[in-house]
Amino acid sequence: MKIATQQWPFVTHGTYIWRGHVEIAQLLFLAQSVKDEGGQLLALWGVDNRHVDAGFALHSVFLVAAGLCWVVTPLAAEYPHYPDLSALFPAADRQQRATYDLMGLVADGAVDTRKWLRHAAWPVDSFPLRRDFLAQPTAGNDDYPFIQVDGEGVHEIAVGPIHAGTIEPGHFRFSVIGERVLRLAERFGFAHKGVEKRFEGLSLEQGAKLAGRICGDSHTAYVMAYCMAVESATGTAVPDRARWLRALWLEMERVVNHLGDLGSLGNDAGLAFGFVQFWRLKEEWLRLSAALFGHRYLFDCIAPGGVARDLTHAGMLVDAALQLAQEASRLREVYDEHAGVQDRFINTGVVSARLAAHLGLTGLAGRASAQAWDARVQFPVPPYDVLEVKMATHQSGDVFARAAVRFDELAESLRLIRKIVHDMPRGSVLHTPPHDGATQREGLGWVEGWRGGVIMAVRIGVDGRLDRVHPHDPSWQNWPVLESGILGNIVADFPLINKSFNLAYSGVDI
Amino acid sequence: MAIFMMLKKILDTGMVSEMPVPTDLPACHDEQLLQSRICEVFGRAVAIRHVDTGSCNACELEINALSGPHYNIEGVGVTFVASPRHADVLLVTGPVTRHMESALMAAWEAMPAPKWVVAVGDCTGHDSLFGENYAVHGKLAEILPVNVMVTGCPPSPANILRGILACFQGTMTIKHVD
Ligand code: SF4
Repeated sequence: MKIATQQWPFVTHGTYIWRGHVEIAQLLFLAQSVKDEGGQLLALWGVDNRHVDAGFALHSVFLVAAGLCWVVTPLAAEYPHYPDLSALFPAADRQQRATYDLMGLVADGAVDTRKWLRHAAWPVDSFPLRRDFLAQPTAGNDDYPFIQVDGEGVHEIAVGPIHAGTIEPGHFRFSVIGERVLRLAERFGFAHKGVEKRFEGLSLEQGAKLAGRICGDSHTAYVMAYCMAVESATGTAVPDRARWLRALWLEMERVVNHLGDLGSLGNDAGLAFGFVQFWRLKEEWLRLSAALFGHRYLFDCIAPGGVARDLTHAGMLVDAALQLAQEASRLREVYDEHAGVQDRFINTGVVSARLAAHLGLTGLAGRASAQAWDARVQFPVPPYDVLEVKMATHQSGDVFARAAVRFDELAESLRLIRKIVHDMPRGSVLHTPPHDGATQREGLGWVEGWRGGVIMAVRIGVDGRLDRVHPHDPSWQNWPVLESGILGNIVADFPLINKSFNLAYSGVDI
Repeated sequence: MAIFMMLKKILDTGMVSEMPVPTDLPACHDEQLLQSRICEVFGRAVAIRHVDTGSCNACELEINALSGPHYNIEGVGVTFVASPRHADVLLVTGPVTRHMESALMAAWEAMPAPKWVVAVGDCTGHDSLFGENYAVHGKLAEILPVNVMVTGCPPSPANILRGILACFQGTMTIKHVD
């Protein structure tokens, strides 16, 4: 496979997914080639292979023109070091720090070597994802070394981990002069549940349940990515109809989240009308989901090898999608006409296209800053290969653009839902993956969730159970961009700007 | 123009708020009785402080859904507050990560007595999918005196509301709402 001008030893490992081994000495060179080609680093994690006498391995996933490159770099058991990638791809920074906290792999030359996911629950010199991890939980509080901002008139505002409203736990530290934000530092890890450790030894079905609860607002995206990885590893052929149903649910999930966010954005801009209207539509959509598929958030509809539910009342869904599209477009007119909303949205929380490209901003927030990537469009797996998804992009990178992308995508998803229901093939919906396996098998799943690309890497052991699972949320790339997007804005606009990104906590704290 | 469009939409939409959920617990059959019970205990609305101890966020979605127009929560005398010092009920989601334990305890200790704990979602209880490990504690009831356990993954908004209201009915043994 060619990346930049060089031929690399990658072989295809599923649709648009390539995989290969790259030695430590070559890793930086590969990363530079990806960069030269305009690609990005998406995910990075560590694997303990010492039980099969193979030391550790660093896994990294790059986005390039041909799809995803899943790169495995073997590291020596007694010296698990690799070259820092964050100088080339800032999105690597927190993932490298998390990989140290959890697996003890060291990024040589990294500027920021502070802990990331670890607070005080386990000791600094023990690594929970190593096979021989035995440490008992430790007590104590997080002693994270924040970077201090000094100067005349600078003061600090610290909020969280418990926030004023009902949201996930996280800590934000603002350094301000007057009302202007000079610096924002995020501190996460509060929702760290040891999910990767929990996966070890689970059956494939139990794994699907857990995968769907890594980030509940993106349930479908996660289970779908997990199942794709399992199916790729086991060579399971998923029935056609199941693929279409999965796409249907993925779009329904996009609809429900965009509805909620558009309502909340109206609310944060002082338009209670927008909140009430969008949350009414959202509630009706959730009830419809429950009536059609037995769960408001479509939990556990997808299973390894296919799906566990089927569509029976197609007409009801088509009618609801049509009506919702009409209502949403009328509400969009109100937002567009409302001077107060426009005033709050436009030029607030700007992330320029250049900054977005540099920091690797991805998903819907990326598309609002002219980063035209959408796996459903460039790398469409069935049924997206025949659905002709229209990508929503914007140039201005402000709250307005992120709302506009949501409006566009909402309309497009509702069109897709109608098309999927209409064109869906008949037939069976489940081929259970074979449980027998003489060797370890690995697979990668990649799904364009409502927030961005969700990646799931799975390794199945010889006993047919999960050996190692790594989930990747697009919020890894996007959270650091929020730290930049807020600069120069006033503190009072933070809730609005934060909402316009609406990033995951549980998904990145794993 | 925007005002006109909004008014038209409001008129077209009409009222969507529903009757408050009936509670099926014996001590209290109707909403008025419940409200008067809340008044008796608090002399005002009951104030809720929510703490997420590592939930997947779907329980938060359902708690937030309660603030939407279909659920008239203020109508039955329930409000969400920012400070634990103003709260009567601690609404807890998530499997209690060790990294949230001290913040959870600080919120609990800041609340004035009398106070109640409502655990929301399967992962606060013994059915937690996240189990118990180096990062999560598991059962909330081992850390705080849980009054009501609302099961479901996630529980519906109606059940969460039932769970909150169940605090003020009858004796104080753990109740299950599912
Ligand atoms: S109970 Fe279920 S929905 Fe609620 S936080 Fe736990 S896993 Fe998520």
